[in-house]
Amino acid sequence: MQDKKAHKFGMVIDLDKCTGCGSCTVSCMAENNIPFKEDESDKKDSITWMRVYKLTNGKSFPDTQTAYLPRPCQHCGGKGDHGHSPCVSVCPATATDYGYDTGIVSQIYTRCFGCRYCMVSCPYHARYFNWWDPVWPEGMEKYLSPNVSPRMRGVVEKCSFCYHRYQLAREQAYYNETDEIPEDAYQTACTTACPAGAIIFGDLNNPSHRVHQIVKPDPHPDPLNHDVVGKSRNPKVFRLLERLGTNPKVYYMSEKEWIRKVGDSYLDGEWDKMKNHHGSASHD
Amino acid sequence: MDAALIPEGAKRCSFPKFMLGIAIVGAVLLWGVYAMLLCWFKGLNQTNMNDYYGFALWIWADLAVIAVGGGAFFTGLLKYILKIDELKNIINFAVIIGFICYSSALLILAIDIGQPLRGWFIFWHANVHSMLTEVAFCLSLYFAVLTIEFIPNILENRQLNKVPFFHHLAHNMHGTMAIFAATGAFLSFFHQGSLGGVAGVLYGRPFAVREGLLIWPWTFFLFTWSAAAFGPCFTLLVTRITEAVTGKKLVKDNVVHLLAKISGWMICTYIIAKIIDTIYWATVTAPGLGFEMSHFYTNNSFYGYWILVTEVIICGVIPGILLINKTTRENHSLRLLAIILGVIGVCLNRWVMVLQVVAVPVMPFDTWALYIPSWQEVATTILPVAYGIILIAVTYRYLPVFPQERELNQSKAQES
Amino acid sequence: MFPFNFEWVWDIGHYLFFGGFWYAIGILGAGMTYCIAKAAYDTVKGSQDNHH
Repeated sequence: MQDKKAHKFGMVIDLDKCTGCGSCTVSCMAENNIPFKEDESDKKDSITWMRVYKLTNGKSFPDTQTAYLPRPCQHCGGKGDHGHSPCVSVCPATATDYGYDTGIVSQIYTRCFGCRYCMVSCPYHARYFNWWDPVWPEGMEKYLSPNVSPRMRGVVEKCSFCYHRYQLAREQAYYNETDEIPEDAYQTACTTACPAGAIIFGDLNNPSHRVHQIVKPDPHPDPLNHDVVGKSRNPKVFRLLERLGTNPKVYYMSEKEWIRKVGDSYLDGEWDKMKNHHGSASHD
Repeated sequence: MDAALIPEGAKRCSFPKFMLGIAIVGAVLLWGVYAMLLCWFKGLNQTNMNDYYGFALWIWADLAVIAVGGGAFFTGLLKYILKIDELKNIINFAVIIGFICYSSALLILAIDIGQPLRGWFIFWHANVHSMLTEVAFCLSLYFAVLTIEFIPNILENRQLNKVPFFHHLAHNMHGTMAIFAATGAFLSFFHQGSLGGVAGVLYGRPFAVREGLLIWPWTFFLFTWSAAAFGPCFTLLVTRITEAVTGKKLVKDNVVHLLAKISGWMICTYIIAKIIDTIYWATVTAPGLGFEMSHFYTNNSFYGYWILVTEVIICGVIPGILLINKTTRENHSLRLLAIILGVIGVCLNRWVMVLQVVAVPVMPFDTWALYIPSWQEVATTILPVAYGIILIAVTYRYLPVFPQERELNQSKAQES
Repeated sequence: MFPFNFEWVWDIGHYLFFGGFWYAIGILGAGMTYCIAKAAYDTVKGSQDNHH
């Protein structure tokens, strides 16, 4: 299903660089015509394709440490990385689909009838429901992006890795009479907006892309868990809830052990055994 | 006033009294309809659901009514396929209860989806890999089966039966009912199961996910089994309530005891499987994903171990034992206690497999999410109950639902 | 649902799922057609018998 030329767009977010400023969230909302409510205080029903979580090491002063974790849709490849993402496999109306040519999980708004099963299936809370009709303050609708369709009430939406930018890059490549899409020709809004340069985006299948060079994804299944494919061979890089076998294409990076540990759940004493295996030499 | 429509030899309350009852329940029904229209016209912002609770009270109600409505398919299977003939005395009522449950489930689903006018996409653009697709197809088809099973009973109404075509149609449908019942059992196996599969396939949710057989997680089989086990409890419970309201004995004790006994054995075997499943999940599946069992039952103000104990022991093991034991089964009060506990147990199981699944945090830095439904959700959930009461009242009044009613009440009249 | 829907694939999943679906529809449809047709026949036959 995945030919050699297929892209596998992914992201690595350097949590040591992230300051939690929220530029990624703001740029995402502007880029993707994300509607907002008059009162945004209840975050459980407001839409933030790119949500920034605050992490702490759980220790009291003076040992307290905090970090910020931006969370877009993880564009999961699903168990064994076969494209059966948690959400794609459950959608009854084929309204969300896995692009084998890009690795991007799409959402077809006009096909979605709002059953919300995909939201239930997603452990990252990356999917959002339009509980209200989208309304923008008067005049603001003129600033909406013409490249992204606004969504109607009653459907689910989520981060698309700015797919419209990929389409524009492809058009440009076609105009240039080439198949190649240069790394800088397709970058997501959050990547370009991050003032700290914490977000790196590119093709995980392309060794010349930075994201590939940082992540060094292991193409073989994890010997400890065969559902996990594409584990990073960089010991500083991890994925959220990797053990579930969702195989996200969003990777995180940190020098700090407690941050890497907070990306997944471990039984007592398990971390010390697993961290050694994580990114170990046996994978190189 | 409506004496010509009432089954021959049956005693019914006066028409004004009947209409007064209908009007009272009808008021509740209208309240539900109002809430339903609010949801349809203003959208699901009328509910207290949110992005954590994509599934909430409605989906629970849906799963619960389908579970308790399982009495229809299971009794049908026993009567028409396994030829347990005594059950002919309760099968009509089991079908009516099933019809109410399944029509309610379809109505709730129509309110629950964000774009009700696109509801047909689930059929037209079906993703055959989704458990929800399987649910939608089998549920709709099985509703058609229930309608087919219900029609002959309607046609047996005193006036309708005078029309020769209806008389013959009812007769012929009775004759071919085994084929319909077999199809119904086949469809029920898959939709009851796939409702369990809905939770079991969620491999991003360690509380719900289960290993299984081929494409079906263990919850698939547990749901089918529990519906067959507890569905008859609900049939018996509603029969008991109907008897209390009408002040008449409607089904002979031997029939009730038989169904209670079958239900008891089904509950016992189910609960053993459920206990094994829970132990395996708690000791192998969840720890394999990095989760201690305590993660799912602590650090929040509602979901404690009590819910597991209540579901499995108090509302599972106890009713099972009460119903397989002859003395307790034939004791009126203990049997009633057992069937009430059983109905609560299966509804609690569905609650846990929908609501607790989404309440549990999965990302280590996430938090528990609790939810209280809005009045619109509550009203639309009560709506099917009111509709059910009205339909039972109307069918009981005008159709020969209980074949033993005349005999049971004639002898009583003679005695007095 | 139908092979002309663009997302339709001729794979084992579709064979099994829609095979079962159309089979069940077929049984229910045929069963009801039989019942209705026979009822119509019985009605006509019954009324003829009454005339004689």
